[in-house]
Amino acid sequence: MAENLFNKVWDLHKVKRLESGQDQLFIGLHLIHEVTSPQAFDMLRERGLKVLYPDRTFATVDHIVPTASQERPFGDQLAEEMMQALERNTAEHGIEFFGLHTEHQGIVHIIGPELGLTQPGMTIACGDSHTSTHGAFGSIGFGIGTSQIRDVLATQCMAISRPKVRKIDVSGSLSRGVYAKDIILKIIASLGVHGGIGYAYEYAGEAVRALSMEERMTICNMSIEGGARVGYVSPDQTSYEYVKGRRYAPQGESYDRAVEYWKSIASPEDAEYDDVFELDAGQLEPMVTWGINPGQAIGISEPTPRIASVDRGHREVAEKAYAHMGFNEGEPMQGKPIDIAFLGSCTNARISDLREAARYLQGKRVASSVKAFVVPGSRQVAKQAEAEGLPQIFADAGFEWRGAGCSMCLAMNPDKLEGRQLCASSSNRNFIGRQGSPTGRTVLMSPAMVAAAAVTGKIVDIREHL
Amino acid sequence: MQEQQISIQDIEGRGIPLRGNDIDTDQIIPARFMKRVTFDGLGEFAFYDHRYDDEGKPTKPHPLNDRRFKDGSILIVNSNFGCGSSREHAPQALARYGVRAIIGESFAEIFAGNCTAMGIPAISLPHHDIEEIMQTVEHDPATPITTHISDQVVSVGEHRYHFDLSPAYRNALLTGAWDSTSLMLANLEEIKATAARLPYISSFESVEVS
Ligand code: SF4
Repeated sequence: MAENLFNKVWDLHKVKRLESGQDQLFIGLHLIHEVTSPQAFDMLRERGLKVLYPDRTFATVDHIVPTASQERPFGDQLAEEMMQALERNTAEHGIEFFGLHTEHQGIVHIIGPELGLTQPGMTIACGDSHTSTHGAFGSIGFGIGTSQIRDVLATQCMAISRPKVRKIDVSGSLSRGVYAKDIILKIIASLGVHGGIGYAYEYAGEAVRALSMEERMTICNMSIEGGARVGYVSPDQTSYEYVKGRRYAPQGESYDRAVEYWKSIASPEDAEYDDVFELDAGQLEPMVTWGINPGQAIGISEPTPRIASVDRGHREVAEKAYAHMGFNEGEPMQGKPIDIAFLGSCTNARISDLREAARYLQGKRVASSVKAFVVPGSRQVAKQAEAEGLPQIFADAGFEWRGAGCSMCLAMNPDKLEGRQLCASSSNRNFIGRQGSPTGRTVLMSPAMVAAAAVTGKIVDIREHL
Repeated sequence: MQEQQISIQDIEGRGIPLRGNDIDTDQIIPARFMKRVTFDGLGEFAFYDHRYDDEGKPTKPHPLNDRRFKDGSILIVNSNFGCGSSREHAPQALARYGVRAIIGESFAEIFAGNCTAMGIPAISLPHHDIEEIMQTVEHDPATPITTHISDQVVSVGEHRYHFDLSPAYRNALLTGAWDSTSLMLANLEEIKATAARLPYISSFESVEVS
């Protein structure tokens, strides 16, 4: 029986079986940020423990940084305190910190790959549920809580039970105007937000093979929205080439040897899985959410679902969703007016996302009823975009160009929805209150769809506007 | 935080029935209350947007605002509880509110992992058992509830419900070995041996190029 990547990498990193029945797993790369780490450092201090492998831990700041002005001290005293705590903790423990004083600050899941820290065959942990993003390289990324951050800091290990592995086989090829974001929204809508509990998802098939690394990251990023803590793509030439030459990537001969290792951990054609789910990319259309979790998504030409047709267990949530969103069952999502267009987050704020949106926006204007802004995922993304003249295209179209950070993906910085505003968002969560207003409304979609919604002032089918 | 090596045996208390599937961690603790460097004081913000009105008064109908359940310490929930963000602020807020055990149909994985690491048992029971327990508690909030970790039984008034915990996890709770930091740090030699065999830690020197 041929082992899949997940099991091979797991076995290689397994330190031992613990009394608790979980495995003690070595973590090759630990990424930390300002929100979930300070309490973990305090726990270490209380116990008189040190960081065991400070050189395998890297920090950045993303959730709380303002994106309009990144001058210090921050206007928000609490945000400033969190920033200082991270500065202190990283200095005290000798951890490299890509803060606002560096060119590399950005959303943790964007800078890891960008710096070449994220590599195939690694185990990666970060106190953030979207750590699954790093799986795009054929690494295994776990989102962890603060007590587990403490564990990883103190022992470079986490205690965890081995999940099962489900292969998500995506055949065919995407049509024009349909993107990686639509693939993952369709998967979550099909398998449900609980569907992946207890599973790691391996995304495979010709449609996935054809995707760039950035598109693969978009898919892996949202694994957690489908309940799967881990999502990954077995590495191939696309992955090896992306890593090559990056700051922390193996260089020269060591790179050649690395590629051999990466090939050795890839899933072979005849690898075995606990479950398989199949999807035809050719059948997909642009997806939008209509409700209050990412599984409540439909193709843009479909009507919103009838409550009577929803599974019994999900009806109550569907009713709550309609009440919150102010939508009706059986109506189209197209034509719904939006107030805010948000292009950002670790799901879709990489250079390829910005390029795609800018390409559409060239020569167009944002509707007067809409406030639109674009938040690059990292300072490196911003720099690249500047080199390509993208900020000008966005500005000419009426988009505000911001500094790197999580911004309106979650309400921990000044970027927030107000009242019942409806936001066309390229982010990953449409939970009630997620974007900062308890009555605010989020509709998730691809970056190109966000750009088209900004220009037309309403939710539209991007295919009719390309 | 919980001190290390504390054994978790029987947890006795009253119930708080919290109905609804897919209650995510953004509901349990809205992100704006995470802007702090400690977990202290988080308890008062648990389910803030569901409990407090525009004037900051706890007037909305919610079990945590319901006087009948104000002495409760055992939270009873439905399915996929704690989905969404990995924030440990969610179980920490519940713990600081006074929750000592959670009984539900199912839990999101990271949330359950966080509870484990904090020594808060997250116990799964089938839908009809949960419904029965919720109804019992809603009918009589004073019903005593005890979760017996050693024999894997929740008793609710006269009723007893069996649950499954892996023998090892049960043992870990009972002996205090749920404290994963001490448990794993005891294996320091094995940790180093594992690191030594990982190709990427030693510039891939052990890998042969064909
Ligand atoms: S962009 Fe959003 S999802 Fe990603 S790390 Fe930031 S807050 Fe989390």
